Amino acid sequence: MERSFSKEVREGSARLGTALLFSVVLLALFLADCRPAKAIPAFARKYGMPCSACHEAWPKLSPFGQAFKDNGYQLGNDRDAPIFQQPAYWPIALRITPNWHFETANHVIVDSGEGSTLANVKTQGFDYTGMDMLTAGTLARNFSFLLVPSSDETGAFHFESANLRFSNLLGSSWFNIKVGKFELDNLQSEKRILTLSANGGFYQNYHFQPWVAPGVPSGLYVSGIGDNQLGVEWLGHSKNDRTRVSAALLSPTDGNPDFQSGIGGAAGRTYDAFFTASQAFEAGSLGLQRFGGFAYIGHASTYPEYTQFNTGGGPIGGTGIGNEPYYRVGLLGMWYLKKLDVTTMWFYGHDSVYLGTNTPTNLGSTGLPDGAHAPSWNGALIETHYTFNPQMIFVNRYELIRMSQQALDSNPSDLGNIDALTFGFRYYPFINTRAGFAFHNEYSVVWQRKILVSPATGLPIDLTSNSLMFGLDFAF
Amino acid sequence: MIVAAFLLPAALYAQQAEAPAAKPNPHMESHIGNLTGHADAGAQLYYRYCWGCHGARGDGNGENAQYLNPMPRNFVAAIFKCRSTPTGTLPLDSDLYNTLGRGFNFTNMPSWITLTSQERANLVAFIKTFSPRWVTEKPGDPIQVPPEPKLTIESIKHGGELFQKLECWKCHGQEGRGDGPSASTLTDSNDQPIRPYNFTSTNRSKCGRTNSELYRIFMTGLDGTPMPSFADVVKPEDAWDLVHYLRTLQYNNPSPELTLWESTAEGRAIVAAKRVENTNTGSGVKP
Repeated sequence: MERSFSKEVREGSARLGTALLFSVVLLALFLADCRPAKAIPAFARKYGMPCSACHEAWPKLSPFGQAFKDNGYQLGNDRDAPIFQQPAYWPIALRITPNWHFETANHVIVDSGEGSTLANVKTQGFDYTGMDMLTAGTLARNFSFLLVPSSDETGAFHFESANLRFSNLLGSSWFNIKVGKFELDNLQSEKRILTLSANGGFYQNYHFQPWVAPGVPSGLYVSGIGDNQLGVEWLGHSKNDRTRVSAALLSPTDGNPDFQSGIGGAAGRTYDAFFTASQAFEAGSLGLQRFGGFAYIGHASTYPEYTQFNTGGGPIGGTGIGNEPYYRVGLLGMWYLKKLDVTTMWFYGHDSVYLGTNTPTNLGSTGLPDGAHAPSWNGALIETHYTFNPQMIFVNRYELIRMSQQALDSNPSDLGNIDALTFGFRYYPFINTRAGFAFHNEYSVVWQRKILVSPATGLPIDLTSNSLMFGLDFAF
Repeated sequence: MIVAAFLLPAALYAQQAEAPAAKPNPHMESHIGNLTGHADAGAQLYYRYCWGCHGARGDGNGENAQYLNPMPRNFVAAIFKCRSTPTGTLPLDSDLYNTLGRGFNFTNMPSWITLTSQERANLVAFIKTFSPRWVTEKPGDPIQVPPEPKLTIESIKHGGELFQKLECWKCHGQEGRGDGPSASTLTDSNDQPIRPYNFTSTNRSKCGRTNSELYRIFMTGLDGTPMPSFADVVKPEDAWDLVHYLRTLQYNNPSPELTLWESTAEGRAIVAAKRVENTNTGSGVKP
């Protein structure tokens, strides 16, 4: 009787909550521009398990889901090979998010009758994101694949991921090799981020590059540890996935094909490396805690060795030279307090003085501007999730980036500093073993210091951007 | 006397009326070593991970159950395969806890070793809330597994004799491939067809990978399946001989038993005759 009474109370509260949520959604429907991410209902269909088994709140992985991924998309019950599936099973899932969104940016340089001026630009309306087509699974026991043709919102396709994985080599979970294009083994996955808006749908720390000067962004390379990269990765983990280590050898192309660099120039004839290591431990009834570290050691070319004679002097892919180093390192903790989890991250970045000042090395040190330094910065992130139940999750994130060394003495000390705040919630009206759907609600604001130059005064000014988004995020 | 006339029928009726059926206890606990699991915490985990197969009521009728073979465990019936307790009795909490961590190969039940120890203990406690058996009965006394004796050729050969004498081959087949003459007639407690274990497919049995776990299987039986307990007909030392022989049937999985067996001419010839060489299928399925 006591059990049925509390069940009635719970059901009544759930109905009220549901009614309120539907009211909010009815006020704020459809379409926008946001970044697709990974949730694969095809796995739910293959194994007959609800999405909530692998995802705390999809697309965020639970420890069970992370272990499934680390095992090469295998449950290890000798039924993973495709021969054990019904012939009609097709390992493909689609994800897209129609939404309504509202964007503002306070200091946008726009044309005016007398040249240019600053404007507070606001846009709003119905929109939709790009689409992911996720196909993944096993080709045979311990041979797995992931292929993700992905389109932007205009329908232009590229390959977000295309890799093969050889799992449990020599019968050991410590020996797994992945080759192709893949997401780096980030302890905090950006591809499974729970926020989707234009300002909140990525981690600032994963993509930040220091400004050369107000109004002058970094221009010799583009690289982000949140971007999928091309290369080969070794990953090892304990049987229960508590200990994880990985090392990757990567091409310096930011995941672009044909030896193109991240900015479309010639990638260098060199390689980058990425390392992670983490350890999880049980904390009684609080749950599983994890801490770890990562390091990305990169090289970016500063000029091409060869350019095309008969096509207007464009750089020949893969012939970039004048390589200069940069690195990103960090520590991360994932702390669980029953339904509340808190992710904390410290991040440090450093670029060479040539990269930091957009100076090709063939000009030598005399080509460097006066007062040039190798820029460096610190960043931090704290992200909280409150998983009320598998159908409701509240998200909050604050990131900051603080320059510790500017590229030029003449720069303001806070040039490029960022503060970003995002919060929202996702409600999943049903959890089943076939498909996924979430009402997505989010607000994000980003403050960037002194990155623009006022056309009126010539002085550095801040840029503040806001995103408000209500979306219908579905995957089948 | 008039009062007695009214009271007597009432007393007789009370005697004859059936005792009310026992109901499950929603506040069960589990005890595994130093761990104490709690059903209310386990409920949240069950309705995240388990209900899709095992059902919202724990009766094995989850939305996906119709597509699964074998069907998910029915926790209401509380009949469990992998136990350390005699046939017909409830398992220990540790038996269920270990099953969660191990999973079942050749089924859709994965290993839940990634859950914390406390989470698995909580799940065990919640599973026990589905059946009144946990209220009315106590788990059986765990069987004793004696130390494994020295592995010898005589032990293996004696195990082979037992395999014939106990008629294991009727279900499991002469080569242990699960293709015995009775194999196609077998059904489980859900009246669903069930195949006997194929010893040649893997060295991992339903209830574990070690020799002790294999020993325990045929001494406790797999309740809910046609695999009976042989505790009443097999002496402990004979049971170990049978374990040693069964390992030689797993010719695709190296083991001390297989190595010793293949060191004899007889064993070498028997194993060689079973192997299919030069298949080049690359399928990962060893014939």
